[in-house]
Amino acid sequence: MSYKKPSFKEKYGNFINGKFVAPVNGEYFVNTSPIDSSVIASYPRSTSEDIDIAVAAANAAKDAWGNTSVTERATLLNKVADIIQENLEEFALIETCDNGKPIRETLNADIPLAVDHWRYFAAAIRAEEGSASELDQNTLSLIIKEPLGVIGQIIPWNFPLLMLSWKLPPALAAGNCVVLKPAEQTPSSATFLLEKIAEVFPPGVLNIVHGFGPEAGKPLASHADIDKVAFTGETTTGQLIMQYASKNLNPVTMELGGKSPNVFFNSVMDEDDAFLDKAIEGAVLFAFNQGEVCTAPSRLLVQEDIYDAFMERVIARTKAIVQQSPYDVNTQVGAQASKDQHEKILSYIEIGKEEGAKVLVGGGSCELDGELGKGFYIQPTILEGHNKMRVFQEEIFGPVLCVTKFKDEAEALEIANDTLYGLGAGVWTRDAHQLYQIPRAIKAGRVWVNCYHAYPAHAPFGGYKKSGFGRENHLMMMNYYRQSKNMLISYDKNKLGFF
Amino acid sequence: MNKVDITPEAVELVKQIANKNGALIFHQSGGCCDGSAPMLFAEGDMYLDESDILLGEVGGVPFYMNKDQYAYWKFTHLTVDIVEGRGASFSLEIPYGFRFLVRSRLFTDEEIKELDIK
Repeated sequence: MSYKKPSFKEKYGNFINGKFVAPVNGEYFVNTSPIDSSVIASYPRSTSEDIDIAVAAANAAKDAWGNTSVTERATLLNKVADIIQENLEEFALIETCDNGKPIRETLNADIPLAVDHWRYFAAAIRAEEGSASELDQNTLSLIIKEPLGVIGQIIPWNFPLLMLSWKLPPALAAGNCVVLKPAEQTPSSATFLLEKIAEVFPPGVLNIVHGFGPEAGKPLASHADIDKVAFTGETTTGQLIMQYASKNLNPVTMELGGKSPNVFFNSVMDEDDAFLDKAIEGAVLFAFNQGEVCTAPSRLLVQEDIYDAFMERVIARTKAIVQQSPYDVNTQVGAQASKDQHEKILSYIEIGKEEGAKVLVGGGSCELDGELGKGFYIQPTILEGHNKMRVFQEEIFGPVLCVTKFKDEAEALEIANDTLYGLGAGVWTRDAHQLYQIPRAIKAGRVWVNCYHAYPAHAPFGGYKKSGFGRENHLMMMNYYRQSKNMLISYDKNKLGFF
Repeated sequence: MNKVDITPEAVELVKQIANKNGALIFHQSGGCCDGSAPMLFAEGDMYLDESDILLGEVGGVPFYMNKDQYAYWKFTHLTVDIVEGRGASFSLEIPYGFRFLVRSRLFTDEEIKELDIK
């Protein structure tokens, strides 16, 4: 079964103060699909003037919204979840068209997961409690959580609706108003969402402003009238946003890059069973979402005594990947999100070859027929080399796996931790001791043990080292969007006796 | 012998942007969606210190990289180029419909000696 490109209006607006509005300067940019380079629609090329209006609307709405009951906020979050659920197929199709990822993935992962994150925070805010401590017989310390106020959020293009659904629900549940800038490569699903939920929140609570990083992202991140910035993206922009925040003494959360190790110990091949089959798939997950995942398991570490036999099966499974039209439900790997990404990935494959890495499979652009020939496809590629090579150290953000071998636990850990990043890691073994000890010794925020690429709500997600800080997808994220108000209450009738 | 060079097409774009924005710097970014790309910023926008290595000047613009990252890049010669595209980062070329990217090659043994790379 195959879907067709969805239809769009000619142009869309920003969503500010409860309605769609044209950008102040009247300028738009044309968004195209990486599947075939065809035009999707025009979106506002906003500037600081649009950001100012959105931030003002959010500030005007924040007191009333911050004082709504948790029951009311939870009900509205659930309403958003219901609306996405009811339109799941349409959301999936828009996401595939805009990002290039296969429809199989948007139907079964991106959109259902997005729905679940809205529901999770709707539930979390209802179930949560503050705390009270009796410090002595007459003194009570009450901790009450209060919203920060107005949050600026900047999200990437690799999972457009899902990243929006990681960011918005905890901020809104915690009682904040938000100004969010979607990535300019993928503005469509956020716009479609706001068309569907325009009436759900009071005006000003949720604002979406489109545009380019230097023209709209920077004015948002550096705005004096916001109270916090949450960012997912790359390290240099992360550093800049922290600098801007330091001028306002604002808190930030950052989910940045990764170069995640996926470590396979020899016991995975003790049996030729369902678990081994799962482990092989776990290694091939490097190609999931065309490798455009911050946690992509892009460094494969295999114990030397099973290396040949294990890699034979990984290569065979990689060769079996179906890469064709992203609109076809059988397609497993689709188009890279843009031409510049496509070029960057190819340049990394070249530097890998030049550094002496051996191409085990793939190694170039994937040329598809017809209109797809105008899209941006890369063959799933495995490079064999060593951990000091640039391709082992830099995030390629494409379907490119770098594999090396290790002899024992100590060497596995040395290689796994020899990276600037610490976002994700995978550990695969049948040994009960390794199952616990290796994940504890890897310096990364999320270690998948005998699995990979699962992102359920209620499992905290975030980085160590240069991969950032903050923990999303978990109720603890609400605290990154809140103040802790302490009321220190005395029940003592007697004076201190100082004066 | 330079550690970093630039294509004529990229120089043209840098000049256009400099005309509008004044003095500029390149900073090579790491990681994630729009990362592993040279970012072009107005001079003074990004806080630089001894953890940033100056690799050279291209098109009249100094090119920096974080020291940690340079440890892995030091044996590669870089050429700044442009390709059509966009990104969610704050790099100044984005509104022009282009992205800068670096093309790399390994230095030869003679070049490593000449540049005194250790």
